[in-house]
Amino acid sequence: MERDDLIVNDNYALNAHHSEEEGAKIRRNTWKVTAILTVLTSLEVAMGIYFKRSDSFSWVMIKWTFIVLTLVKAAYIVLVFMHLGDERSNLKKAVLAPYILFVGYLLFIAITEGFGHMNLSNEHH
Amino acid sequence: MGGEATKVISKDVLWGGGQSPFSVSYGKMMMWYFLVSDALTFGGLLTAYGFVRASSTDPWPIGEQVFRALPFMDGEYPLIYVALMTFILIVSSVTMVMAVEAGHRNDKKRVVTWLGWTVLGGFIFLGSQAWEWSHFIHGSGGSFLLTKNVSVTSDDGQEFDLLKGEAVFMDHHFGYLAEPWIEGEPQVSLVESDHGVKLVEMGEHPHEAELHSLTLNKYIANEVHVSGEDALKLWNARSESFSFGANMHDNEYAIQQSYANFFFFITGFHGFHVFSGVLINLIIFIMAYRGVFERRKHYEMVEKIGLYWHFVDLVWVFVFTFFYLI
Repeated sequence: MERDDLIVNDNYALNAHHSEEEGAKIRRNTWKVTAILTVLTSLEVAMGIYFKRSDSFSWVMIKWTFIVLTLVKAAYIVLVFMHLGDERSNLKKAVLAPYILFVGYLLFIAITEGFGHMNLSNEHH
Repeated sequence: MGGEATKVISKDVLWGGGQSPFSVSYGKMMMWYFLVSDALTFGGLLTAYGFVRASSTDPWPIGEQVFRALPFMDGEYPLIYVALMTFILIVSSVTMVMAVEAGHRNDKKRVVTWLGWTVLGGFIFLGSQAWEWSHFIHGSGGSFLLTKNVSVTSDDGQEFDLLKGEAVFMDHHFGYLAEPWIEGEPQVSLVESDHGVKLVEMGEHPHEAELHSLTLNKYIANEVHVSGEDALKLWNARSESFSFGANMHDNEYAIQQSYANFFFFITGFHGFHVFSGVLINLIIFIMAYRGVFERRKHYEMVEKIGLYWHFVDLVWVFVFTFFYLI
């Protein structure tokens, strides 16, 4: 595997200047991502208004759709707007790995305990 | 290592092996580390919200039914205002991307213009959140609890057997006068009318509100309206326990006070981030305008505050889904 953690040609963030043509390309991409984020948010709102809450399986699927759409939006913001996608993969891993690990653990524990608590209270009623 | 980042990599910033593994300046790396820790705080808050909600045995309020008002407008617009706030924040994130891009071309004029739009977007979001809080705190009518079991028929013909202690919701005209009446305001009085009862306010701006109809299950599911004789039956079974809007001890939206507390804490903590973000953006805007970065020959400071500003947008995307939508 090729190492990407070496400064080979002084590719330091402060020197990361670009030309007008590259800038135009970046701006086009930014407007494209803006359009995607707007469409996804509108879709979420429309789904939120249209679908009524219930205990059915379809509502569970709608909830998961909301979560997936949110993660897609978050990925666009982090990787494009915060341009983590263009950083060295070392930095990418140092930022994402601890977060995903800790929050994954927290979610697992909280959801397990939360529903466990509810089931316990139901048994007592 | 402190102070502004310099363009030439000095030997001091290289690690033990003579490399700078992330190829970013100290300041930018620390901004990322700060954002990771801040994201853990927000992750903890939203997970705590999920935990309390999952372990709750009483029904939890539905976002579309709690947040459905627009400023200066009558009627119901579920989630539209929150969606608008989301859109404002996304747009101000986009203008920040544009400012960072212009910085990479050392285009001072564009950096200043785009940062200006970003600051403006931040102020508009803060104003919207202030309105949202104010509306949440004042509520839209308020509720009272029943002292005994009552059976009523709703306007669409369904029969309901309400139990002692259940909540019944007033409309905002009646609730607006009911609040001072409960508090013993001498200018407001309850009188009999042709159709039932009404509240009358004397004084400089005299007006009155008829008890037209009451609502059941307003914030939970299947809201229904009860009017006429049956509304009067509910009104006569009222207890002393009224709720108007929300505060730190009581709220009309849910049986669980934790619902209001989470609203105040999560959106408040996020709003505080937006507030400090706007202040820092403003400082960077002034510095860019005065040519500080032009003399420094790079606009990395805009990039660093940009990271923070996008993070604030990122958090709101999650708050929108987990607090309002689901």
